[in-house]
Amino acid sequence: MLLKSTLSRRTLLKSTAGSAVVLGMPAISYGQGDSIKIGHLTPRTGFLGPLGDYAVMGIQLAADEINAAGGVNGRKIELVLEDSVNPQTASAKAERLIERDKVAMLIGEISSASGLAIGQVAKRTKTVFINTGCNSDALRGSDCNQYMFHIEGANSMYVQAVGTYLLKENQVKGKKWYSLTADYAFGHDLLKVAKAFMEKNGGQFAADELIPTDISDFSPFLLKIRQARPDIVISNLAGNQITNFLKQYSEYGLPFPVVGFAFDTAVAWGLGKGNFSGVWPLVWHHLVDTPTSKKYIGAFSKKYGKPPENQSWGDYFSLRIVAQSMTEMKSTDPIKLAEHLRTGAKFDIGKSREGYFRAYDNQMVMEMYAVRAKKAADMKDQWDIYEALGTVPAAGEDLESIAPPKGACNMA
Amino acid sequence: MELIFILEQVLNGLLSGVYFLLIALGLSLIFSLGGIVNLAHGAFYAIGAYLTVVLVPRIGFPATFVAAPVLVGLLGIVIERFLFRRFYRADPILSLLLTFGLAMVAEQGLRMIFGASPLPYAMPDFLRGQLFLGDFIYPYYRLMMLAVATVAVTLIWLLIYRTPFGRVVRAGVQNPEMVGALGISLEPYMVAIAALGVGLAGLAGVLLASIVTIHPAMGQEILTAAFVVVVIGGLGSFWGVVAAALLVGVVRGLTIYFEPAASEASMYLLMVLVLLFRPRGLFGERIQKFE
Repeated sequence: MLLKSTLSRRTLLKSTAGSAVVLGMPAISYGQGDSIKIGHLTPRTGFLGPLGDYAVMGIQLAADEINAAGGVNGRKIELVLEDSVNPQTASAKAERLIERDKVAMLIGEISSASGLAIGQVAKRTKTVFINTGCNSDALRGSDCNQYMFHIEGANSMYVQAVGTYLLKENQVKGKKWYSLTADYAFGHDLLKVAKAFMEKNGGQFAADELIPTDISDFSPFLLKIRQARPDIVISNLAGNQITNFLKQYSEYGLPFPVVGFAFDTAVAWGLGKGNFSGVWPLVWHHLVDTPTSKKYIGAFSKKYGKPPENQSWGDYFSLRIVAQSMTEMKSTDPIKLAEHLRTGAKFDIGKSREGYFRAYDNQMVMEMYAVRAKKAADMKDQWDIYEALGTVPAAGEDLESIAPPKGACNMA
Repeated sequence: MELIFILEQVLNGLLSGVYFLLIALGLSLIFSLGGIVNLAHGAFYAIGAYLTVVLVPRIGFPATFVAAPVLVGLLGIVIERFLFRRFYRADPILSLLLTFGLAMVAEQGLRMIFGASPLPYAMPDFLRGQLFLGDFIYPYYRLMMLAVATVAVTLIWLLIYRTPFGRVVRAGVQNPEMVGALGISLEPYMVAIAALGVGLAGLAGVLLASIVTIHPAMGQEILTAAFVVVVIGGLGSFWGVVAAALLVGVVRGLTIYFEPAASEASMYLLMVLVLLFRPRGLFGERIQKFE
């Protein structure tokens, strides 16, 4: 006989208490009193979760440094951190942060679909929102608004960054390309930009596959790629999708070179030896050699025991920009902040050239980078996975040359 | 030519069905005998994958291949002894809540220990490479998985259908009261089945660590598919789970060939169709306690 267990109220409470603790995690906030509250939203779960983790590390480091140096105009920065989960939740939480927590502004996000939802709340409530991880050009185009700023590069900037090197290596003209695209707002937008670039430069489109964000077995797609025998395979994937895809691409040993039009270093750090290949674009990477970057890498590595990557860069420098602007203006008024950012003030964002927000679409105009995967034998340690190819645009060229094309954005 | 490609997807689907099978078989065993809806099954698979990453650099792949599933199985014994055992006779909703909480604790535990970023891990070099048969391509690694799963499933079948132990288990699935009336305690059998089922999930974790992203929420990714396989196969049916796993693998592969966007929907559609015509699943038996 199995033991007969009688259910008591206590047993029920005990068994559900565990999940309640995890489910009901309240927002974490620091400090109190007369502080400046900053709301931070980013996905902590799902296929973008690992990147969201870096975002939180980046903004926490910035807040620590700013507060250790005496805060902003004598007031401490207080972060209110939330998991944005999906567009619906992101929208609800953005409203709650503004109305209940009375945050001065919002920073964060990675998913372009959630970014759009937060941007709409920002517009309605006239709250400044700095997007640190959404790449869709649409956010800088038809969906733009004067309260939403973008420190993250747009899809078209990423495509330019990698495209410059593809053109140099004759990987575009007359080449048959086959792409895999993340099946949500970001991927659809990127595919459009990628197609425009490839067409303009004489590439031949073979096929595209829309990949659901929760799929982990890529083998049926790999078989389809093999049949098509393209000259080049292009990844328009996001987050963990890239890790799954590259691991299995290497398992199936397909001979076609892989390049990507979007990328995060964290997903490649999670691959494993011998699984990484190709040329990839980045908004920033840990090999960028400037005094500010070096200082940032040092502080981050000391605090977290590992180097920073592009997502933590976005959230870290966004908060630095906000603190620097508020100090210069001697004011914490978000409306004044938005006006100040739109004046074209220059900021040191750890790159060899300073960046500035373009008044047309609030996009940070700045350098982008391309990297090439290293062979497993050349890796010095687990972080040493690629070599830097250089900056786009090259030194001496106009930074605006890679900014998103103008036309669709109407701020009024 | 088109036919060759379709055939290729069918065979590839069978290959990927194998890992649904490893995960779903344990789920089905634990549910059929104990009536526990184990939402933490995916967490055991994740723990198996994380153990692989930790152990391989220390003791090598072959030793890990044995040690990790055994360790996960031992964890299963602990969980069975202190948690599952209290819920065999309770309303299934309670074990559902319990295992849901357990899955959360496991996932957050992995996150606290290892961080949220994916862990780097690559398959051992001696398993790298592909077998080419004309137009067909089979990575050695997946063929190895196929062999391992075949051996594991055969052994479990022998255990359940050809040994005195298995006779008691099958009787316990059908009619636990009668087994008790005959003076046989099902407790030690439940311990063994929990260790076996959970250990199989651990084995799947070891095998898939080379193929998929290793991150704290990886257990959630496979859990739904595993449940769908169990439901399609039918409760209490050994071959039902085998057939359903392979079927789900093939249907997904073919859907991806013809209509990629519907790949995830395809298995739910399959489930609906099967349940319309066979409410107990493909080979589901009539089990008194679940009727």
